[in-house]
Amino acid sequence: MKGFRATGRRLTRQDFLLLSAGAGAGLALAGCGGGSTAVQSTGDGGKTYKGPKVDVAFWNGFTGGDGPYMGELVKEFSSQNKKINVSMNTVEWAVYYQKVPSAVSTGEGPDVGIMHADQLGTNAARGVVIPLDDVASALGLKESDFAPTVWNAGLYNNQRFGIPLDMHPLGFYYNKSLMEKAGLDPNNPPQTRDDYEAALEEMKGAGIQGHWVSPLLFTGGLSWMSVLWQMGGDLYNDDASKATFNSDAGVQALEWMVSLVKKGYSPKDVGEDAEFVAFQNGDNAFMWNGIWNINPLKEVKGLEWDVAPLPQIGTEKAAWAGTHQFVIMNKQPLDENKVQASKVFINWISEKSIEWAKAGQIPARATVRESQEFKSLEEQATLAKQVPYVHFVPPVPGIAEVGLTTFERAVNEAVLLKTEPKAALDAAASRADQLLEENRQKYQA
Amino acid sequence: MATQGIEQPHIQQPPGRKPSGSRRKPTDASLLTPFVFLAPYLLLFIVFIVIPAVFGIWISLHVWDPLLIAKPWVGLQNYTDLFSSNSTTAGPFWNSMEATGKFTLYSVPLLVVIPLVVALILNQQIRGIQFFRAMYFAPYVLGVAVIGVLWRFLLDPNVGLVNYYLGVLGLEKVPWITALPWAWVSLVGATVWWTLGFNAVIYLAGLQDIDPELYNAAKVDGANRWQRFVNVTLPGLRPVLLFVVTVTILASANMFGQSYIITKGAPGEETTTAIMYIAETGLQQFNMGAAAAMSYVLALALLIVSVVNFAVFRNRGD
Repeated sequence: MKGFRATGRRLTRQDFLLLSAGAGAGLALAGCGGGSTAVQSTGDGGKTYKGPKVDVAFWNGFTGGDGPYMGELVKEFSSQNKKINVSMNTVEWAVYYQKVPSAVSTGEGPDVGIMHADQLGTNAARGVVIPLDDVASALGLKESDFAPTVWNAGLYNNQRFGIPLDMHPLGFYYNKSLMEKAGLDPNNPPQTRDDYEAALEEMKGAGIQGHWVSPLLFTGGLSWMSVLWQMGGDLYNDDASKATFNSDAGVQALEWMVSLVKKGYSPKDVGEDAEFVAFQNGDNAFMWNGIWNINPLKEVKGLEWDVAPLPQIGTEKAAWAGTHQFVIMNKQPLDENKVQASKVFINWISEKSIEWAKAGQIPARATVRESQEFKSLEEQATLAKQVPYVHFVPPVPGIAEVGLTTFERAVNEAVLLKTEPKAALDAAASRADQLLEENRQKYQA
Repeated sequence: MATQGIEQPHIQQPPGRKPSGSRRKPTDASLLTPFVFLAPYLLLFIVFIVIPAVFGIWISLHVWDPLLIAKPWVGLQNYTDLFSSNSTTAGPFWNSMEATGKFTLYSVPLLVVIPLVVALILNQQIRGIQFFRAMYFAPYVLGVAVIGVLWRFLLDPNVGLVNYYLGVLGLEKVPWITALPWAWVSLVGATVWWTLGFNAVIYLAGLQDIDPELYNAAKVDGANRWQRFVNVTLPGLRPVLLFVVTVTILASANMFGQSYIITKGAPGEETTTAIMYIAETGLQQFNMGAAAAMSYVLALALLIVSVVNFAVFRNRGD
């Protein structure tokens, strides 16, 4: 025990030196990796694979109920294609977008992966993924095979980097029993601003807080973006060099959300996922949430619910959506066989996307979307009505992180009633302008 | 062990030798000996601390994205940006430093005092005391993700268990994780619950190191419980206390997971800590130059705090 005191004192100093030095050191470790080189690939762009037996690593972030569906598809593919063995690895999206670039740059990590539209530009600019124009042309994929928005979301600098798999828009979930309790017609969900607010007022009278407003990106930020677009506004200008989300449209959209809280249609201080938990528990009547929640909600016994397109609060129809796009990783030195096998895999899954739709997604391919099989997926088909007017965050490098420290925080402060919507958005917009400029310099240099 | 005397036994000098002047000169081999013993640690220290730390300074002088070929040299701009009101990093960085400071200020006193009280209780000779010792230490073995998710659900203002029971008692809902000062109460509370066992175990070891004869002597002199605590226990714990205070300050200043999971840095960015913002800048925005610069500023701040801390403890009573 005597010894403990002595080491105790010594350890202290070492630890303290260690920790203070270490604070800066951790980040430095990540500073490895080289540049990227442009790739010109050969082969027939993914129609067939004629090479030797090959292993393909496929990474994604399908940690929810969607993971098993993709797992099944991968298994089926591998059993049909004896020469291509695809192994799937699932990590949480936030971790995925940190891990994949550093893994790929050192020649490790996945051969093929999935990326969201708002991350595609960043990863294309950073040389993490390779152009896939040849895949599109070899497979005869055209804009008309897809919805134009989702097709263009795979482009960066006029080059194709992503082959669209799906779209996942925000949808309007409503609890039928609560609507009935408030004297509303459960088969006629409100679709206009007047009807929507009237319904919320009815429910308030019946002691129900009808629309829980989340202060976080999921789902408060996504709802705000949807209303912003409905009001005719946009997040950024055409070339994404200036933030425009503090326009009248943006301010009105945020004011509308705040008014739901102030009028008592939503409780104050909604926590992460609380709007979903409350909907599950039959406490929240109207929820704007992603299409990916269809299957989880189907598993809730005794909950009477349905989905509809988002009500139109502004002057036009609009809804936020994300899209999963297939990408091929720029693993230097590039293994032609793996690249070719990956293309075959992408093409195969894309054609099979009806199975994927069952996981709670809208297939990007028009033929699949128009098939009878998809129309029989009632909830998905209902939300697919929004396809003509869904909006994506533009595929500009660094764009996802611009939102993170700007409008996401503005929405948070406004919905938590800490800051007035206009003041919050104005401050966020001027910061966003600076970040956009920094990104432009960084990625053009 | 604790019953042994305080005095270290002196090493006997061989008879007939003067204690000084006639000592053998150390050979080359004996000069090397300490370094041989240090080598394994030194190697790790150089590879994982010194080299990255120096490389970090180099990074902080550039706009650095490891995957971009262009890494333009910007000199000290990443540092001057932190002190310029119209840069993108200054505002959020100092906000996050303030949040870190607040968390440290609120959590350290509690994490120094409460574990001491717990250790004093656990130091009693009671049947089954081992069970209680294990119980207080148990939360510490859980990962931050586990305790974070746990408390986030318990403390949710609208669907959490804590507010549900407050409601049963007829009390108002408390916005535990979405408004100030409650977010701090939650973060500090969860952290104290989670880590107090660690500090308590260190105190306990320190307590068992104090010679019982000192207590007996104090009793003979008529000292009451409080006087024995102030005049025997506390001085006996001083080295341990220095260790606990230093380590706790550094741990609190490096807080990240609790804010990241429980409050998401909200409301606004009020509970976004320095490490959280540095990680966001470096690993999400891939702006590693700025992130490295911030790390050095944070390290410097911690250095100053630690120096003050050592000075304070050294001046007392030595």
